[in-house]
Amino acid sequence: MYSIFKKELRSYFTSPTAYVMIGLFVLISSIIFYINLVTPTADYGMNLNYMSLILILIIPILTMKILAEERRSGTEVLLITSPTSLTSIVIGKYLAAFAVFLVMTVITFIYPLILSVYGKPAVAEIVGGYVGFILLGSAFIAFGLFASSLTESQIIAAIVSIVGLLLMWLLQGIGPGLGGIWSKIFSWFSLFSRTEDFYSGILSLGPIVYYLSFSAIFVFLTIRVIEKRRWSKG
Amino acid sequence: MIEIQNLTKSFGQIKAVNDISFTVEKGEILGFLGPNGAGKSTTMNIITGFMPSTEGTVKVCGYDIMENPKEVKKRIGYLPEQPPLYMDMTVTEYLRFVADLKDVNKKQTKNQISDVMELVKLVDVSGRLIKNLSKGYKQRVGLAQALLGNPEVLVLDEPTVGLDPKQIIEIRKLIKALGKQHTIILSSHILPEVSAVCEKVVIINKGKIAAIDTPENLSKGMGTVSKLSATIAGPKSSITSAIQAIYGIKLVEAHIEKEKDIVEYVIESDKDIDIRRPLFFAMAKAGYPIIELKSLDLSLEDIFLQLTMQEKEVK
Repeated sequence: MYSIFKKELRSYFTSPTAYVMIGLFVLISSIIFYINLVTPTADYGMNLNYMSLILILIIPILTMKILAEERRSGTEVLLITSPTSLTSIVIGKYLAAFAVFLVMTVITFIYPLILSVYGKPAVAEIVGGYVGFILLGSAFIAFGLFASSLTESQIIAAIVSIVGLLLMWLLQGIGPGLGGIWSKIFSWFSLFSRTEDFYSGILSLGPIVYYLSFSAIFVFLTIRVIEKRRWSKG
Repeated sequence: MIEIQNLTKSFGQIKAVNDISFTVEKGEILGFLGPNGAGKSTTMNIITGFMPSTEGTVKVCGYDIMENPKEVKKRIGYLPEQPPLYMDMTVTEYLRFVADLKDVNKKQTKNQISDVMELVKLVDVSGRLIKNLSKGYKQRVGLAQALLGNPEVLVLDEPTVGLDPKQIIEIRKLIKALGKQHTIILSSHILPEVSAVCEKVVIINKGKIAAIDTPENLSKGMGTVSKLSATIAGPKSSITSAIQAIYGIKLVEAHIEKEKDIVEYVIESDKDIDIRRPLFFAMAKAGYPIIELKSLDLSLEDIFLQLTMQEKEVK
Protein backbone atom coordinates (compact mmCIF):
# COMPACT_ATOMS: atom_id res chain seq x y z
CA MET A 1 0.00 0.00 0.00
CA TYR A 2 2.80 2.36 0.96
CA SER A 3 4.61 1.83 -2.34
CA ILE A 4 1.49 2.81 -4.30
CA PHE A 5 0.86 5.78 -2.02
CA LYS A 6 4.43 7.03 -2.50
CA LYS A 7 4.37 6.57 -6.24
CA GLU A 8 1.00 8.25 -6.60
CA LEU A 9 1.96 11.19 -4.46
CA ARG A 10 5.15 11.69 -6.41
CA SER A 11 3.23 11.54 -9.66
CA TYR A 12 0.96 14.32 -8.36
CA PHE A 13 3.91 16.53 -7.56
CA THR A 14 6.06 15.77 -10.59
CA SER A 15 3.24 16.77 -12.90
CA PRO A 16 1.55 20.17 -12.79
CA THR A 17 -1.77 18.70 -11.61
CA ALA A 18 -1.28 19.06 -7.89
CA TYR A 19 0.29 22.53 -8.12
CA VAL A 20 -2.36 23.89 -10.45
CA MET A 21 -5.21 22.48 -8.41
CA ILE A 22 -3.76 23.61 -5.09
CA GLY A 23 -3.06 27.04 -6.56
CA LEU A 24 -6.54 27.34 -7.98
CA PHE A 25 -8.13 26.22 -4.75
CA VAL A 26 -6.12 28.64 -2.65
CA LEU A 27 -6.80 31.50 -5.07
CA ILE A 28 -10.57 31.02 -5.09
CA SER A 29 -10.83 30.36 -1.38
CA SER A 30 -8.77 33.52 -0.74
CA ILE A 31 -11.21 35.53 -2.80
CA ILE A 32 -14.07 33.99 -0.84
CA PHE A 33 -12.29 34.79 2.39
CA TYR A 34 -11.79 38.39 1.31
CA ILE A 35 -15.43 38.79 0.33
CA ASN A 36 -16.42 37.25 3.62
CA LEU A 37 -14.10 39.64 5.41
CA VAL A 38 -15.45 42.81 3.87
CA THR A 39 -19.09 41.86 4.40
CA PRO A 40 -20.34 42.32 7.93
CA THR A 41 -20.68 38.65 8.86
CA ALA A 42 -18.37 36.85 11.23
CA ASP A 43 -19.32 33.37 10.15
CA TYR A 44 -16.37 31.23 9.08
CA GLY A 45 -18.79 28.38 8.37
CA MET A 46 -19.99 30.28 5.33
CA ASN A 47 -16.44 30.47 4.12
CA LEU A 48 -16.05 26.71 4.39
CA ASN A 49 -19.39 26.21 2.75
CA TYR A 50 -18.24 28.06 -0.37
CA MET A 51 -14.90 26.28 -0.28
CA SER A 52 -16.69 22.94 -0.31
CA LEU A 53 -18.50 24.05 -3.45
CA ILE A 54 -15.16 24.59 -5.20
CA LEU A 55 -14.24 21.05 -4.24
CA ILE A 56 -16.89 19.84 -6.69
CA LEU A 57 -14.50 21.00 -9.42
CA ILE A 58 -11.14 20.46 -7.79
CA ILE A 59 -11.48 16.92 -6.46
CA PRO A 60 -12.65 15.29 -9.72
CA ILE A 61 -9.63 16.76 -11.49
CA LEU A 62 -7.37 15.35 -8.81
CA THR A 63 -8.89 11.90 -8.99
CA MET A 64 -9.70 11.61 -12.69
CA LYS A 65 -6.49 9.93 -13.76
CA ILE A 66 -5.90 7.89 -10.67
CA LEU A 67 -7.22 4.61 -12.11
CA ALA A 68 -8.28 5.50 -15.64
CA GLU A 69 -4.74 6.30 -16.69
CA GLU A 70 -3.36 3.02 -15.33
CA ARG A 71 -5.87 1.21 -17.44
CA ARG A 72 -5.24 3.22 -20.58
CA SER A 73 -1.47 2.92 -20.46
CA GLY A 74 -1.48 -0.79 -19.59
CA THR A 75 0.31 -0.32 -16.29
CA GLU A 76 -2.72 -1.85 -14.60
CA VAL A 77 -1.26 -5.23 -15.59
CA LEU A 78 1.85 -4.53 -13.54
CA LEU A 79 -0.17 -3.61 -10.47
CA ILE A 80 -2.59 -6.50 -10.65
CA THR A 81 0.05 -9.15 -11.36
CA SER A 82 2.20 -7.92 -8.48
CA PRO A 83 1.91 -9.60 -5.09
CA THR A 84 0.34 -6.41 -3.71
CA SER A 85 -3.40 -6.92 -3.27
CA LEU A 86 -5.97 -4.94 -5.19
CA THR A 87 -7.42 -3.57 -1.96
CA SER A 88 -4.14 -2.06 -0.87
CA ILE A 89 -3.55 -0.67 -4.38
CA VAL A 90 -6.89 1.14 -4.35
CA ILE A 91 -6.53 2.33 -0.77
CA GLY A 92 -2.98 3.53 -1.47
CA LYS A 93 -4.29 5.60 -4.34
CA TYR A 94 -7.15 6.94 -2.25
CA LEU A 95 -4.79 8.01 0.49
CA ALA A 96 -2.48 9.76 -2.00
CA ALA A 97 -5.32 11.90 -3.33
CA PHE A 98 -6.41 12.52 0.24
CA ALA A 99 -2.91 13.69 1.13
CA VAL A 100 -2.97 16.27 -1.69
CA PHE A 101 -6.37 17.43 -0.50
CA LEU A 102 -5.02 17.70 3.03
CA VAL A 103 -2.15 19.88 1.80
CA MET A 104 -4.52 22.37 0.21
CA THR A 105 -6.74 22.36 3.27
CA VAL A 106 -3.83 23.03 5.58
CA ILE A 107 -2.86 26.06 3.49
CA THR A 108 -6.26 27.59 4.18
CA PHE A 109 -5.59 27.40 7.93
CA ILE A 110 -4.00 30.76 7.34
CA TYR A 111 -7.44 32.45 7.18
CA PRO A 112 -8.46 31.63 10.74
CA LEU A 113 -4.98 32.71 11.80
CA ILE A 114 -5.51 36.07 10.11
CA LEU A 115 -8.86 36.31 11.83
CA SER A 116 -7.30 35.60 15.22
CA VAL A 117 -4.85 38.47 14.72
CA TYR A 118 -7.67 40.95 14.32
CA GLY A 119 -10.28 39.51 16.62
CA LYS A 120 -11.52 36.52 18.53
CA PRO A 121 -12.88 33.95 16.10
CA ALA A 122 -15.11 31.18 17.40
CA VAL A 123 -12.56 28.38 17.74
CA ALA A 124 -15.09 25.57 18.15
CA GLU A 125 -16.92 26.50 14.98
CA ILE A 126 -13.71 26.69 12.99
CA VAL A 127 -12.28 23.41 14.27
CA GLY A 128 -15.61 21.66 13.86
CA GLY A 129 -16.03 23.21 10.46
CA TYR A 130 -12.67 21.93 9.28
CA VAL A 131 -13.40 18.43 10.54
CA GLY A 132 -16.58 18.52 8.49
CA PHE A 133 -14.78 19.98 5.49
CA ILE A 134 -12.10 17.28 5.52
CA LEU A 135 -14.68 14.52 5.93
CA LEU A 136 -16.66 15.96 3.03
CA GLY A 137 -13.53 16.12 0.89
CA SER A 138 -12.65 12.51 1.70
CA ALA A 139 -16.11 11.44 0.59
CA PHE A 140 -15.67 13.39 -2.67
CA ILE A 141 -12.35 11.67 -3.27
CA ALA A 142 -13.92 8.25 -2.79
CA PHE A 143 -16.56 9.17 -5.34
CA GLY A 144 -13.97 10.51 -7.78
CA LEU A 145 -11.91 7.35 -7.35
CA PHE A 146 -14.95 5.30 -8.17
CA ALA A 147 -15.67 7.36 -11.29
CA SER A 148 -12.07 6.91 -12.40
CA SER A 149 -12.40 3.13 -12.17
CA LEU A 150 -15.32 3.14 -14.58
CA THR A 151 -13.48 4.29 -17.69
CA GLU A 152 -10.18 4.51 -19.51
CA SER A 153 -10.70 8.16 -20.27
CA GLN A 154 -9.66 10.77 -17.75
CA ILE A 155 -12.07 13.30 -19.23
CA ILE A 156 -15.06 11.00 -18.87
CA ALA A 157 -14.00 10.16 -15.32
CA ALA A 158 -13.83 13.86 -14.48
CA ILE A 159 -17.20 14.59 -16.05
CA VAL A 160 -18.87 11.67 -14.29
CA SER A 161 -17.60 12.75 -10.91
CA ILE A 162 -18.34 16.46 -11.42
CA VAL A 163 -21.87 15.72 -12.57
CA GLY A 164 -22.35 13.18 -9.77
CA LEU A 165 -21.21 15.61 -7.10
CA LEU A 166 -23.25 18.44 -8.59
CA LEU A 167 -26.35 16.26 -8.55
CA MET A 168 -25.75 15.38 -4.92
CA TRP A 169 -25.51 19.07 -4.17
CA LEU A 170 -28.73 19.84 -6.04
CA LEU A 171 -30.61 16.85 -4.66
CA GLN A 172 -30.59 18.12 -1.13
CA GLY A 173 -32.67 21.03 -2.34
CA ILE A 174 -35.09 18.84 -4.27
CA GLY A 175 -35.44 16.01 -1.76
CA PRO A 176 -37.54 17.58 0.98
CA GLY A 177 -40.00 18.98 -1.57
CA LEU A 178 -40.74 15.55 -2.99
CA GLY A 179 -41.60 13.91 0.30
CA GLY A 180 -42.05 10.19 0.92
CA ILE A 181 -39.52 7.60 -0.13
CA TRP A 182 -37.74 9.88 -2.62
CA SER A 183 -36.87 12.44 -0.04
CA LYS A 184 -35.38 9.63 2.03
CA ILE A 185 -33.34 8.25 -0.83
CA PHE A 186 -32.11 11.68 -1.85
CA SER A 187 -31.16 12.47 1.69
CA TRP A 188 -28.83 9.47 1.73
CA PHE A 189 -26.81 11.18 -0.94
CA SER A 190 -26.96 14.69 0.37
CA LEU A 191 -23.36 15.01 1.36
CA PHE A 192 -23.57 18.75 1.83
CA SER A 193 -26.46 19.10 4.24
CA ARG A 194 -24.60 16.99 6.77
CA THR A 195 -21.88 19.59 7.14
CA GLU A 196 -24.23 22.05 8.86
CA ASP A 197 -23.66 20.61 12.32
CA PHE A 198 -19.91 20.84 11.87
CA TYR A 199 -20.02 24.44 10.71
CA SER A 200 -21.86 25.41 13.84
CA GLY A 201 -19.22 23.68 15.95
CA ILE A 202 -21.01 20.46 16.78
CA LEU A 203 -19.12 17.19 16.36
CA SER A 204 -21.93 14.69 16.33
CA LEU A 205 -21.33 11.02 15.68
CA GLY A 206 -24.03 10.60 13.02
CA PRO A 207 -22.49 12.72 10.25
CA ILE A 208 -18.98 11.46 11.01
CA VAL A 209 -20.12 7.87 10.60
CA TYR A 210 -22.04 8.90 7.50
CA TYR A 211 -19.01 10.39 5.75
CA LEU A 212 -16.69 7.58 6.75
CA SER A 213 -19.11 4.94 5.52
CA PHE A 214 -19.78 6.89 2.32
CA SER A 215 -16.02 6.83 1.60
CA ALA A 216 -15.71 3.18 2.58
CA ILE A 217 -18.61 2.16 0.36
CA PHE A 218 -17.20 3.92 -2.70
CA VAL A 219 -13.70 2.56 -2.13
CA PHE A 220 -15.26 -0.86 -1.85
CA LEU A 221 -17.30 -0.34 -5.02
CA THR A 222 -14.15 0.75 -6.84
CA ILE A 223 -12.46 -2.51 -5.90
CA ARG A 224 -15.53 -4.44 -7.05
CA VAL A 225 -15.60 -2.64 -10.41
CA ILE A 226 -11.98 -3.52 -11.13
CA GLU A 227 -12.48 -7.07 -9.92
CA LYS A 228 -15.56 -7.51 -12.05
CA ARG A 229 -13.83 -6.20 -15.16
CA ARG A 230 -11.09 -8.76 -14.69
CA TRP A 231 -13.69 -11.51 -14.72
CA SER A 232 -15.72 -10.32 -17.64
CA LYS A 233 -13.17 -9.26 -20.23
CA GLY A 234 -9.59 -8.62 -21.04
CA MET B 1 7.06 -26.08 -12.21
CA ILE B 2 4.05 -24.86 -14.17
CA GLU B 3 1.08 -27.11 -14.70
CA ILE B 4 -1.79 -26.02 -16.87
CA GLN B 5 -4.82 -28.25 -16.98
CA ASN B 6 -7.88 -27.98 -19.19
CA LEU B 7 -7.62 -24.22 -19.27
CA THR B 8 -10.58 -22.51 -20.91
CA LYS B 9 -11.41 -18.84 -21.18
CA SER B 10 -14.61 -17.59 -22.74
CA PHE B 11 -15.42 -14.02 -23.61
CA GLY B 12 -19.17 -14.26 -24.01
CA GLN B 13 -19.75 -16.77 -26.81
CA ILE B 14 -16.16 -16.80 -28.01
CA LYS B 15 -13.72 -19.26 -26.54
CA ALA B 16 -10.37 -17.49 -26.68
CA VAL B 17 -8.64 -20.41 -25.02
CA ASN B 18 -10.22 -23.82 -25.36
CA ASP B 19 -9.24 -26.68 -23.08
CA ILE B 20 -5.46 -26.48 -23.25
CA SER B 21 -3.11 -28.44 -21.01
CA PHE B 22 0.66 -28.51 -20.83
CA THR B 23 3.44 -28.47 -18.30
CA VAL B 24 6.71 -26.63 -18.12
CA GLU B 25 9.61 -28.18 -16.23
CA LYS B 26 12.04 -26.27 -14.09
CA GLY B 27 14.71 -24.53 -16.15
CA GLU B 28 12.90 -25.03 -19.43
CA ILE B 29 12.36 -22.33 -22.04
CA LEU B 30 8.97 -22.94 -23.55
CA GLY B 31 7.95 -21.25 -26.76
CA PHE B 32 4.34 -20.41 -27.19
CA LEU B 33 3.65 -20.09 -30.85
CA GLY B 34 0.60 -19.11 -32.79
CA PRO B 35 -0.83 -16.65 -35.26
CA ASN B 36 -2.20 -13.37 -33.99
CA GLY B 37 -5.36 -13.85 -32.00
CA ALA B 38 -4.67 -17.52 -31.25
CA GLY B 39 -5.01 -17.02 -27.51
CA LYS B 40 -1.37 -16.62 -26.52
CA SER B 41 -1.77 -13.40 -24.59
CA THR B 42 -4.97 -14.59 -22.94
CA THR B 43 -3.22 -17.72 -21.70
CA MET B 44 -0.34 -15.66 -20.37
CA ASN B 45 -2.71 -13.25 -18.68
CA ILE B 46 -4.31 -16.17 -16.89
CA ILE B 47 -1.01 -17.75 -15.84
CA THR B 48 0.14 -14.48 -14.34
CA GLY B 49 -3.13 -13.89 -12.55
CA PHE B 50 -4.16 -10.80 -14.49
CA MET B 51 -7.44 -12.41 -15.42
CA PRO B 52 -9.17 -15.47 -14.03
CA SER B 53 -9.90 -18.52 -16.16
CA THR B 54 -13.40 -19.70 -16.98
CA GLU B 55 -12.44 -23.31 -16.37
CA GLY B 56 -9.34 -25.32 -15.60
CA THR B 57 -6.41 -24.82 -13.27
CA VAL B 58 -3.01 -23.22 -13.37
CA LYS B 59 -0.41 -24.24 -10.82
CA VAL B 60 2.93 -22.53 -10.44
CA CYS B 61 5.45 -24.17 -8.09
CA GLY B 62 2.56 -26.13 -6.61
CA TYR B 63 0.41 -23.09 -5.86
CA ASP B 64 -2.95 -22.69 -7.56
CA ILE B 65 -3.44 -19.23 -9.08
CA MET B 66 -7.06 -19.04 -7.97
CA GLU B 67 -6.53 -20.29 -4.42
CA ASN B 68 -3.22 -18.71 -3.66
CA PRO B 69 -2.66 -15.81 -6.04
CA LYS B 70 -0.18 -14.01 -3.84
CA GLU B 71 2.26 -16.92 -3.70
CA VAL B 72 2.03 -17.39 -7.46
CA LYS B 73 2.46 -13.71 -8.24
CA LYS B 74 5.57 -13.58 -6.07
CA ARG B 75 7.14 -16.25 -8.22
CA ILE B 76 6.33 -14.82 -11.64
CA GLY B 77 7.90 -11.95 -13.49
CA TYR B 78 5.65 -10.81 -16.32
CA LEU B 79 6.42 -8.74 -19.37
CA PRO B 80 3.10 -8.12 -21.11
CA GLU B 81 2.87 -7.36 -24.80
CA GLN B 82 2.79 -3.68 -24.05
CA PRO B 83 5.45 -3.07 -21.40
CA PRO B 84 3.74 -1.56 -18.34
CA LEU B 85 5.80 1.61 -17.99
CA TYR B 86 5.17 4.94 -16.33
CA MET B 87 6.30 7.43 -18.91
CA ASP B 88 6.99 10.27 -16.51
CA MET B 89 9.37 8.31 -14.29
CA THR B 90 13.08 7.84 -14.79
CA VAL B 91 14.32 4.29 -15.26
CA THR B 92 15.73 4.15 -11.73
CA GLU B 93 12.59 5.60 -10.18
CA TYR B 94 10.48 3.10 -12.04
CA LEU B 95 12.56 0.10 -11.03
CA ARG B 96 12.60 1.29 -7.44
CA PHE B 97 8.83 1.50 -7.49
CA VAL B 98 8.48 -1.98 -8.96
CA ALA B 99 10.89 -3.40 -6.38
CA ASP B 100 8.74 -1.78 -3.71
CA LEU B 101 5.60 -3.16 -5.25
CA LYS B 102 7.06 -6.65 -5.35
CA ASP B 103 8.07 -6.45 -1.70
CA VAL B 104 11.76 -6.79 -2.42
CA ASN B 105 13.74 -6.64 0.80
CA LYS B 106 14.70 -2.99 1.38
CA LYS B 107 18.36 -3.81 1.94
CA GLN B 108 18.59 -5.75 -1.30
CA THR B 109 16.67 -3.32 -3.46
CA LYS B 110 19.64 -1.20 -4.45
CA ASN B 111 21.86 -4.13 -5.31
CA GLN B 112 19.16 -5.91 -7.18
CA ILE B 113 18.31 -2.88 -9.28
CA SER B 114 21.91 -2.32 -10.25
CA ASP B 115 22.34 -6.03 -11.04
CA VAL B 116 19.28 -6.05 -13.24
CA MET B 117 20.30 -2.84 -15.00
CA GLU B 118 23.72 -4.32 -15.66
CA LEU B 119 22.14 -7.48 -17.04
CA VAL B 120 19.78 -5.83 -19.51
CA LYS B 121 22.22 -2.99 -20.25
CA LEU B 122 20.26 -0.06 -18.91
CA VAL B 123 23.01 1.59 -16.91
CA ASP B 124 23.58 4.31 -19.52
CA VAL B 125 19.98 5.46 -19.47
CA SER B 126 19.23 4.99 -15.77
CA GLY B 127 18.55 8.68 -15.17
CA ARG B 128 16.44 9.32 -18.23
CA LEU B 129 12.69 9.64 -18.37
CA ILE B 130 11.11 6.51 -19.78
CA LYS B 131 9.05 8.45 -22.30
CA ASN B 132 12.25 9.68 -23.96
CA LEU B 133 13.66 6.19 -24.47
CA SER B 134 13.61 4.31 -27.76
CA LYS B 135 11.34 1.34 -28.22
CA GLY B 136 14.22 -1.09 -27.68
CA TYR B 137 15.19 0.48 -24.40
CA LYS B 138 11.58 0.58 -23.27
CA GLN B 139 11.37 -3.13 -23.93
CA ARG B 140 14.48 -3.64 -21.83
CA VAL B 141 13.03 -1.62 -18.98
CA GLY B 142 10.00 -3.90 -19.21
CA LEU B 143 12.26 -6.91 -19.03
CA ALA B 144 14.18 -5.43 -16.10
CA GLN B 145 10.88 -4.94 -14.31
CA ALA B 146 10.00 -8.61 -14.81
CA LEU B 147 13.38 -9.67 -13.43
CA LEU B 148 13.10 -7.71 -10.21
CA GLY B 149 12.35 -9.79 -7.16
CA ASN B 150 14.25 -12.62 -8.80
CA PRO B 151 11.19 -14.67 -9.73
CA GLU B 152 11.56 -18.35 -10.56
CA VAL B 153 9.30 -18.05 -13.58
CA LEU B 154 9.42 -15.46 -16.35
CA VAL B 155 6.47 -14.96 -18.65
CA LEU B 156 7.38 -12.88 -21.67
CA ASP B 157 4.72 -11.91 -24.18
CA GLU B 158 6.31 -11.21 -27.57
CA PRO B 159 9.48 -9.77 -26.07
CA THR B 160 11.09 -8.86 -29.38
CA VAL B 161 8.17 -7.29 -31.17
CA GLY B 162 8.95 -3.91 -32.68
CA LEU B 163 12.69 -4.10 -32.17
CA ASP B 164 15.36 -3.74 -34.84
CA PRO B 165 17.31 -6.85 -35.89
CA LYS B 166 20.32 -6.08 -33.75
CA GLN B 167 18.19 -5.55 -30.67
CA ILE B 168 16.27 -8.74 -31.42
CA ILE B 169 19.48 -10.76 -31.42
CA GLU B 170 20.57 -9.13 -28.16
CA ILE B 171 17.27 -9.79 -26.43
CA ARG B 172 17.26 -13.40 -27.62
CA LYS B 173 20.75 -13.91 -26.27
CA LEU B 174 19.66 -12.41 -23.01
CA ILE B 175 16.63 -14.67 -22.79
CA LYS B 176 18.79 -17.70 -23.48
CA ALA B 177 21.15 -16.66 -20.72
CA LEU B 178 18.24 -16.08 -18.34
CA GLY B 179 16.97 -19.56 -19.12
CA LYS B 180 19.83 -20.99 -17.09
CA GLN B 181 18.36 -19.65 -13.87
CA HIS B 182 14.70 -19.18 -14.64
CA THR B 183 11.86 -21.13 -16.12
CA ILE B 184 10.63 -19.14 -19.07
CA ILE B 185 7.45 -19.06 -21.09
CA LEU B 186 7.85 -16.96 -24.18
CA SER B 187 5.25 -16.20 -26.78
CA SER B 188 5.91 -15.25 -30.33
CA HIS B 189 4.49 -15.40 -33.77
CA ILE B 190 7.97 -15.34 -35.25
CA LEU B 191 9.17 -18.88 -35.86
CA PRO B 192 12.94 -18.53 -36.14
CA GLU B 193 12.84 -16.85 -32.80
CA VAL B 194 11.23 -19.81 -31.13
CA SER B 195 13.52 -22.33 -32.78
CA ALA B 196 16.54 -20.23 -31.81
CA VAL B 197 15.66 -19.83 -28.17
CA CYS B 198 13.28 -22.52 -26.98
CA GLU B 199 13.69 -26.11 -25.94
CA LYS B 200 10.03 -26.92 -26.23
CA VAL B 201 7.34 -25.49 -28.45
CA VAL B 202 3.61 -25.32 -27.95
CA ILE B 203 1.80 -24.41 -31.11
CA ILE B 204 -1.59 -22.95 -30.46
CA ASN B 205 -4.25 -22.06 -32.97
CA LYS B 206 -7.75 -20.74 -32.40
CA GLY B 207 -7.45 -21.39 -28.69
CA LYS B 208 -6.45 -25.03 -29.07
CA ILE B 209 -3.12 -26.76 -28.88
CA ALA B 210 -2.01 -27.96 -32.30
CA ALA B 211 1.31 -29.52 -31.28
CA ILE B 212 3.76 -29.81 -28.39
CA ASP B 213 7.33 -30.95 -29.03
CA THR B 214 10.93 -29.83 -29.36
CA PRO B 215 11.67 -27.70 -32.42
CA GLU B 216 13.88 -30.47 -33.86
CA ASN B 217 11.29 -33.19 -33.43
CA LEU B 218 8.69 -30.99 -34.97
CA SER B 219 10.69 -30.42 -38.11
CA LYS B 220 11.63 -34.13 -38.27
CA GLY B 221 8.31 -35.61 -37.44
CA MET B 222 6.12 -33.86 -39.90
CA GLY B 223 5.28 -35.01 -43.40
CA THR B 224 5.99 -38.27 -45.22
CA VAL B 225 8.52 -37.16 -47.82
CA SER B 226 11.94 -35.57 -47.70
CA LYS B 227 12.72 -32.87 -50.17
CA LEU B 228 15.91 -32.13 -52.01
CA SER B 229 16.87 -29.29 -54.22
CA ALA B 230 19.41 -30.07 -56.92
CA THR B 231 20.84 -27.74 -59.54
CA ILE B 232 22.09 -29.78 -62.47
CA ALA B 233 23.59 -28.79 -65.81
CA GLY B 234 22.21 -30.54 -68.87
CA PRO B 235 19.06 -30.97 -70.96
CA LYS B 236 15.93 -30.89 -68.86
CA SER B 237 14.01 -33.87 -70.21
CA SER B 238 16.78 -36.42 -70.10
CA ILE B 239 17.82 -35.37 -66.62
CA THR B 240 14.26 -35.66 -65.38
CA SER B 241 13.91 -39.16 -66.70
CA ALA B 242 17.34 -40.14 -65.33
CA ILE B 243 16.36 -38.99 -61.88
CA GLN B 244 13.03 -40.73 -62.04
CA ALA B 245 14.83 -44.00 -62.68
CA ILE B 246 16.44 -43.88 -59.23
CA TYR B 247 14.81 -46.11 -56.62
CA GLY B 248 12.56 -44.33 -54.12
CA ILE B 249 11.94 -41.12 -56.05
CA LYS B 250 8.39 -39.89 -55.82
CA LEU B 251 8.39 -36.66 -57.74
CA VAL B 252 10.75 -34.58 -59.82
CA GLU B 253 9.96 -31.07 -60.75
CA ALA B 254 11.99 -28.65 -62.80
CA HIS B 255 11.84 -25.56 -60.68
CA ILE B 256 13.80 -22.63 -62.10
CA GLU B 257 16.17 -22.38 -65.02
CA LYS B 258 19.05 -20.56 -63.43
CA GLU B 259 21.32 -20.20 -66.41
CA LYS B 260 21.12 -21.65 -69.86
CA ASP B 261 20.81 -25.41 -69.45
CA ILE B 262 21.29 -25.22 -65.71
CA VAL B 263 18.07 -26.01 -63.93
CA GLU B 264 17.10 -26.30 -60.29
CA TYR B 265 15.02 -29.41 -59.62
CA VAL B 266 12.94 -30.16 -56.56
CA ILE B 267 13.04 -33.86 -55.83
CA GLU B 268 10.79 -35.65 -53.39
CA SER B 269 11.59 -39.10 -52.13
CA ASP B 270 10.36 -41.50 -49.48
CA LYS B 271 11.21 -40.25 -46.06
CA ASP B 272 13.44 -43.14 -44.99
CA ILE B 273 15.60 -43.24 -48.11
CA ASP B 274 18.62 -41.00 -48.57
CA ILE B 275 18.86 -40.49 -52.32
CA ARG B 276 21.76 -38.06 -52.37
CA ARG B 277 24.41 -40.66 -53.18
CA PRO B 278 22.38 -42.59 -55.79
CA LEU B 279 21.56 -39.23 -57.35
CA PHE B 280 25.22 -38.26 -57.56
CA PHE B 281 26.26 -41.53 -59.19
CA ALA B 282 23.35 -41.50 -61.59
CA MET B 283 24.17 -38.00 -62.75
CA ALA B 284 27.92 -38.74 -62.96
CA LYS B 285 27.21 -41.78 -65.08
CA ALA B 286 24.95 -39.79 -67.39
CA GLY B 287 27.52 -36.99 -67.58
CA TYR B 288 25.39 -34.20 -66.08
CA PRO B 289 27.32 -32.34 -63.39
CA ILE B 290 25.52 -31.44 -60.18
CA ILE B 291 26.21 -27.77 -59.47
CA GLU B 292 24.42 -27.57 -56.16
CA LEU B 293 22.66 -29.99 -53.86
CA LYS B 294 20.84 -29.24 -50.65
CA SER B 295 18.18 -30.86 -48.55
CA LEU B 296 14.98 -28.94 -48.03
CA ASP B 297 14.10 -29.86 -44.47
CA LEU B 298 10.72 -28.80 -43.37
CA SER B 299 11.23 -25.55 -41.52
CA LEU B 300 9.18 -24.67 -38.50
CA GLU B 301 7.49 -22.27 -40.81
CA ASP B 302 6.12 -25.08 -42.98
CA ILE B 303 5.06 -27.08 -39.96
CA PHE B 304 3.35 -24.11 -38.48
CA LEU B 305 1.45 -23.43 -41.67
CA GLN B 306 0.56 -27.10 -42.05
CA LEU B 307 -0.76 -27.31 -38.52
CA THR B 308 -2.72 -24.13 -38.64
CA MET B 309 -4.11 -24.94 -42.09
CA GLN B 310 -5.21 -28.42 -41.03
CA GLU B 311 -7.36 -26.83 -38.40
CA LYS B 312 -9.06 -24.84 -41.06
CA GLU B 313 -9.73 -27.89 -43.20
CA VAL B 314 -11.23 -29.79 -40.31
CA LYS B 315 -13.58 -26.94 -39.75
